[in-house]
Amino acid sequence: MIEFEDVYKTYRAAGREIAALQPTDLNIRAGEVFGLIGHSGAGKSTLLRLINRLEEPSGGRIRVDGEDVTALDDAGLRRFRRQVGMIFQHFNLLSSRTVAENVAMPLQLAGESSRAQIDARVAELLARVGLEAHAKSYPAQLSGGQKQRVGIARALATQPKILLCDEATSALDPQTTAQVLDLLARINRELNLTIVLITHEMDVIRRVCDRVAVLDGGSVVEQGPVSDVFLHPQHPTTRRFVREAEHVDEGEQNDDFQHVEGRIVRLTFKGEATYAPLLGRIARESGIDYSILAGRIDRIREMPYGQLTLALQGGDQTLALQRLEEAEVTLEVLR
Amino acid sequence: MIEELMPNVYWPEIWEASLDTLLMLGGSMLFTVILGLPLGVLLFLSGQSDRPAQRTLYNAISLLVNIVRSLPFIILLILMMPLTGLLMGTKVGLAGTIPPLVAGATPFFARLVETALREVDRGIIEATQAMGATTSQIIFRALLPEARPGLWAAATVTAITLVSYTAMAGLVGGGGLGDLAVRYGYHRYQPDVMWLTVILLLVLVQLLQMSGDRLVARFSHK
Repeated sequence: MIEFEDVYKTYRAAGREIAALQPTDLNIRAGEVFGLIGHSGAGKSTLLRLINRLEEPSGGRIRVDGEDVTALDDAGLRRFRRQVGMIFQHFNLLSSRTVAENVAMPLQLAGESSRAQIDARVAELLARVGLEAHAKSYPAQLSGGQKQRVGIARALATQPKILLCDEATSALDPQTTAQVLDLLARINRELNLTIVLITHEMDVIRRVCDRVAVLDGGSVVEQGPVSDVFLHPQHPTTRRFVREAEHVDEGEQNDDFQHVEGRIVRLTFKGEATYAPLLGRIARESGIDYSILAGRIDRIREMPYGQLTLALQGGDQTLALQRLEEAEVTLEVLR
Repeated sequence: MIEELMPNVYWPEIWEASLDTLLMLGGSMLFTVILGLPLGVLLFLSGQSDRPAQRTLYNAISLLVNIVRSLPFIILLILMMPLTGLLMGTKVGLAGTIPPLVAGATPFFARLVETALREVDRGIIEATQAMGATTSQIIFRALLPEARPGLWAAATVTAITLVSYTAMAGLVGGGGLGDLAVRYGYHRYQPDVMWLTVILLLVLVQLLQMSGDRLVARFSHK
């Protein structure tokens, strides 16, 4: 649905060319939630803004639904932008307008609907985000989570096909973040809207994204389904993000490993396998003992997963590993 | 009692002078806003751009604004006389004061407008762009409404500056309270007349500031 072909962006600053985005190919599919993760300055904000051309690409081609948006003239670009909603870290609501007037704004700018149509649409949108009671409030009277919900309602006003989220939850507390992410997931499901979001938190990716691209120094260093990238990160940057999300300190963990004997393995369970009483059965059969060094049971979007790091001692370890290989788990031998 | 305190005050003359001040203020303020608001918007827009042509435009307007602002108003009043004659058909009297007042206040107001527009969150402009707004929609639907409290504050400061300019306009026979203060208070040594005009000007400035503050509060929802 959104295709990047060799797209790059350079700035001229102090007489030097600075690359904000290295030549990038990317393919975002219709109806998916696509995450872009990176530290500040990694180029994720530039990449997001290239989609609706708030940033002009220095080269390459961007196609949306087969249409080359890099070739659009001013009028074409304005028409295209109405099909792309956008929400922001700092909400960017107009302080001079009420909640309802903010939501009505994209429709007023489009100038294609009557006042009654706009009023009806605004009421419907406010109901969708649960803010009917605040239609006449000003943004300054709302909490951060409410403001972002106004932002979402406003972004959906012109019935876009794509929603761009620029660090939409970074200014919110964890509980509000969860609510806003749930709302985004629901919109994605109910409206079959393609969502592209940028964030610096792996947890946001884990909760709502189907696929993810990891950006570092202006290039995509890793991409794929969230379950692959999150559970089996390859690139050092990706690993750092995952460890941050799991609050694991690699140095400390390696120290811990020094103190245990035996073979160290990491098991990753996905889906129903997460709940299977696998370890006990294999331990009994092979006579091994195991101790759990690290572990986490959680969900990626709706899919449950478990990831355990174990030290195996005694018994028939070859048989144990063989049984684990046969079972529905991914086995990595760390030592 | 008032007659004892101010034996030289001739009330019809005070009344006429007050009216002249208000007419000069109202007339010049109107044209200052009509000219200064677009000029301020132009300064803001060209100042934001990084296209060379717009940078040049910004630098040119900016220089012009600074030249006029650096002239003391009393000099501007004299320098502008030929132009005033062309514009108004007279170089003197109430009508003769309007062009120099407008010329003096417009660059000042335009700068304040530019500053007020710069206070508008860049993100709001970006969000409006992302909605597919045209440049004029961005100006009229986002930029100016969001800057409204700042614009009212700018207008208030400008109006008050104009009050003090009108006091100098007596030089070309514009009349008004300032003129009265100089003629009676200074030349004829009638301090009571001078003090009364000072009080009336103070009341005027105070009223302008109060209504300005109210408008600012009325339109800020921050």
